Amino acid sequence: MLAELFLTSSYSLVLSALMFAVGAVGLLVRRNPLVMFMCVELMLNAVNVTFVAFGADLNDVGGQLSVFFVLVVAAVEVVVGLALVVAINRRRPDASVDDVSLLRG
Amino acid sequence: MSEVITFLAAAAVILVGALGVVLARNPVHSALFLIQTLLGVAVVFIVQDAHFLAAVQVVVYAGAIVILFLFVIMLLGVDRAEDMGVDPVAGQKPLAAVVGAALLAGALTMVLIATDGATGQRQVESPTDAMFEQRLDNGLTDIERIGRVLFTDGLVAFQLTAALLTIAVLGAVVLTRSVRSSDLLADREPATFDLPAAAPDGANDEHHAASEGQTEGDEQ
Repeated sequence: MLAELFLTSSYSLVLSALMFAVGAVGLLVRRNPLVMFMCVELMLNAVNVTFVAFGADLNDVGGQLSVFFVLVVAAVEVVVGLALVVAINRRRPDASVDDVSLLRG
Repeated sequence: MSEVITFLAAAAVILVGALGVVLARNPVHSALFLIQTLLGVAVVFIVQDAHFLAAVQVVVYAGAIVILFLFVIMLLGVDRAEDMGVDPVAGQKPLAAVVGAALLAGALTMVLIATDGATGQRQVESPTDAMFEQRLDNGLTDIERIGRVLFTDGLVAFQLTAALLTIAVLGAVVLTRSVRSSDLLADREPATFDLPAAAPDGANDEHHAASEGQTEGDEQ
């Protein structure tokens, strides 16, 4: 029976849904901004898995192209986000995300 | 079948890593679990014949982004364990669990409703697309296919990406540039500026000293 199994996109989609849900819960639960960014990375990777699965399914390289752009945007997001974390932490050490809800100083 | 076994092993690695990212108390441990997840995703890409993306995933994500995370963690010295017991917003964790379960249920429902392949349509059928794919497909590796589409259909997006990267670098430099004390006094309201009583160490001491002096002056 096992020999008849072959990889369909449903496997990837279920995996992607699980990854996305774990990342979303982590984003909601954690208070450390760095860990929250890591959870955002988890969610982005879940979407990348979906893109690759659909691209393989439809025999279209556009899915992989989308992943390429998502990677670039993720890198940009991390750079700007970590710069924000550094800037906030320089002015107010020990700030958690709840302390910086005012968008000033 | 070997593909399925590889995929399932990689999926287990990915999910353990994802749970580790969320549950680890120490941010450094979260970053290491994130590397585990990203390498698992690279294996999933390889299983689906996206070899170029797997390499990019390892180099860019595990090699650059997570290292950047670790660098910032070490730079700021925030590698302490977080107290997960406190709940500053009442009922946040149950609510987060409900939201996560709803997201998961919605996504899984969408996947499982569509029994075969989840898209309902197996192949792009319009003749021009088919001709285009045929032209692109003969004997090319995935990196060549990506390159051709990237520099034809995706050219504008590619150029926008270049602009985006430049803007991000400029933004990071502007955000983290060290502020001179005269600028600091000019553009900030010192009374609302909640500095800790003592600067933690010698870092940025002129910056802290100037701000504290101003704060004390205002209070008097």
